[in-house]
Amino acid sequence: MQQMVIANALRDGLVVFLTANGRWVNAIADGAVASDTDRAQRLADIALEAEQRCQVIGPELIEIELKDGLRQPVHIREAIRANGPIVRGHPGESGEGHGT
Amino acid sequence: MYRYDEFDQDLVNERVEQFRRQVARRLNGELNEDQFKPLRLMNGLYLQLHAYMLRINVPYGCLSSRQLRTLAHIARVYDKGFGHFTTRQNLQFNWVKLEDIPDVLAALAEVEMHCIQSSGNCIRNITSDQYAGRAKDELEDPRVFCEIIRQWYTLHPEFAYLPRKFKIAVTGSPNDRAAVQVHDIGLRMHLNSSGEPGFEVIVGGGQGRTPHIGKTIRDWLPEEHLLSYLEAILRVYNLYGRRDNIYKARIKILVNHLGIKEFRRQVAEEWEYIKDGALHIPDEEFARINAYFAPPAYERLDDLGQELNGLRETTDEFDAWMQSNVAEHKVAGYAIVNLSLKGPDRPPGDLTADQMDAVADLADRYSFGELRVNHRQNLVFVDVKQSELKELWGKLKALGLATANIGYASDMICCPGLDYCALANARSIPIAEQITERFEDLKHLHAIGDLTINISGCVNACGHHHVGNIGILGVDKKGEEYYQFTLGGSSNQNASLGDRTGPGFSADDAAGAVETIVNTYLNVRHNGEPFLDTYRRVGMAPFKEALYGTD
Amino acid sequence: MALIRNGALARDSFKNAAGRSELPDHGAVLVGLDQWREHRDPLLRRGERIGLLLLSDQHPEAIAADVHYFDLIALEFPGFRDGRAYSYARLLRERFKFTGELRAVGDVLLEQLHYMHRVGFNSFDLDSRQPLEEWKTAAGEFSVWYQPTADGRATATELRHWRNNQLRASAI
Repeated sequence: MQQMVIANALRDGLVVFLTANGRWVNAIADGAVASDTDRAQRLADIALEAEQRCQVIGPELIEIELKDGLRQPVHIREAIRANGPIVRGHPGESGEGHGT
Repeated sequence: MYRYDEFDQDLVNERVEQFRRQVARRLNGELNEDQFKPLRLMNGLYLQLHAYMLRINVPYGCLSSRQLRTLAHIARVYDKGFGHFTTRQNLQFNWVKLEDIPDVLAALAEVEMHCIQSSGNCIRNITSDQYAGRAKDELEDPRVFCEIIRQWYTLHPEFAYLPRKFKIAVTGSPNDRAAVQVHDIGLRMHLNSSGEPGFEVIVGGGQGRTPHIGKTIRDWLPEEHLLSYLEAILRVYNLYGRRDNIYKARIKILVNHLGIKEFRRQVAEEWEYIKDGALHIPDEEFARINAYFAPPAYERLDDLGQELNGLRETTDEFDAWMQSNVAEHKVAGYAIVNLSLKGPDRPPGDLTADQMDAVADLADRYSFGELRVNHRQNLVFVDVKQSELKELWGKLKALGLATANIGYASDMICCPGLDYCALANARSIPIAEQITERFEDLKHLHAIGDLTINISGCVNACGHHHVGNIGILGVDKKGEEYYQFTLGGSSNQNASLGDRTGPGFSADDAAGAVETIVNTYLNVRHNGEPFLDTYRRVGMAPFKEALYGTD
Repeated sequence: MALIRNGALARDSFKNAAGRSELPDHGAVLVGLDQWREHRDPLLRRGERIGLLLLSDQHPEAIAADVHYFDLIALEFPGFRDGRAYSYARLLRERFKFTGELRAVGDVLLEQLHYMHRVGFNSFDLDSRQPLEEWKTAAGEFSVWYQPTADGRATATELRHWRNNQLRASAI
């Protein structure tokens, strides 16, 4: 099982992923992937500390998979969270999507 | 409409500065998320799936063109260029940054707007009839009472930490356009036997996971006692509402647990102490507030009977729009115009910044610079000259705001759903899109007639699915989106909760199920019988059979 | 913890004996509702000041007839979200005419001081590094009030009508 840590950044609220060196990035492709529970736990510990330092809100481990060579959260909620709203013709949606 | 004086303005300005300090305390780590959350919620700030969401109060749905232009400005500068109107007649922005919020609030304060108590376990934005002050069937203008109540609940020190959120709605008309029976408190004006206006007080209505139609706690309450009676209800609720379980904390649970008789007794006992005290509303206060809602400078006009009919005959589309989107005005020569935010190219209730500016201009040109938001997520111009209807229609059409569907199948209530909302289990907007496509043909849409379809993406029921003639509830079934249907719900004066049809449908089949329900109705309806009446007459059986077959 | 009373740092002279089996031999003492009920006479015979601690599920109606015996009533906020004591405070002040020290204890957030002050609390048990500074900021955040409460401050409505009457008078 492959896992990543997802959260919202405190300042702008945008979705962020945790990297291996403890930074937070908007693109899922740049985040760290843990392929065993020990690594996942280490990521979760870093994330919790970041939450206590008021960098991010509500970090959680999510399960991901590869789809057409791209990382995708398994659960639809997290997939929407990572990719942005799937809304046809939504004004303002172009150009500023994140997590892709 | 109501205008702030220096007292109202000072309070809102002070609130902006207070929240500025709170945000600073959050950003520098003095407040953790657990402590900050109730504070931000009481300023309408949520954290959603993708970003912060800011909910701005539109008090009882009344908005000026000047305010709408500020909203357009905020949408452009601080958001992604659009806003979303909600069932509490409010406006939500979906992409605001925490560090920008104090500036956004300051911009709002300049046009007498704020986000105070638009969320949190407190008394929320009061809602009312979008036709208030203009409807032919109205006894008295409910906005006067709404404003008096609004001031009373704003930063009420006793009721800032209630067991749960609290919603109040007011109607001045026997025909309920404000869904008062599904509110924590609903106020419905009527005349007593001596012909004096007063309020029937309804308590314990609500939707969410345990929907209830409210119960009448008092048949007729004199207007002057409105605030003391509300305070008595709120105090009993604050003291005895459950705090151990968030799902059982609304007042409806308390009312049901005690029974309406006992609840009424407790409120009456509390009220006895306070009814003639400082909350008694003096005549001069009614007069002061009333003056703000004086009618605009109407011209002396006659109703355009024949002339308008002639115009309608020239264009089918205009005729259809007149039929569904235009309502009677109490003043001769004027009409009420609904702007549909349920077009084919946008999520229900959304408006872009450019459209906001354009609508503000039209409000200035055609409707004394004011507009309303209704709880079905549309906008309303309440003072349009009948002679200018055709011209206005053309301009609205160019903006994509003249879809002739008000009150019809494609005029859906739809929550943001899983596309935005952190609480949702399933998406709502794509279902609305699919339903819109199925009912694109105007003739067909009009032949179906009055039909409310309400969609919620989870059991919290922001999309009012329990009271939709057709209600659609999104659920998560082992990681897949499913949609359960209810039939026969209504939030009008004879409110009812919908009945479950049976097993749910997948996202691909949901719109088809709506079509099956509608076709069944068309087959069994009597001439001119609306969907709700047909359902109440024939019951679930034919619909169930059409949806699931006979086995 | 720091105690703010009537807008100034104060020393808590009450010994907290709430829930304890023994009462101190002398000095002002804070007791719970059960203790008050059980030891009412001995407590009164001590001739010392008495404080009463009410928990958030203890309605002050229970001591409505006794309020004049207490120099202090402390209302507990077990969590900052539990808002019952806001109503209790108003009832104590407005209905039961308690005039002594009304203290907010437990989970008391700075952001709530304004509300607490308005419903009748005049002392606060604060977990704060700069209690006096922060109290001043929090208590001074608003200058406008719509609701009549026991704090006696004029509401916006009262001020409006007062002003209008002044204008009318000066016009004559």
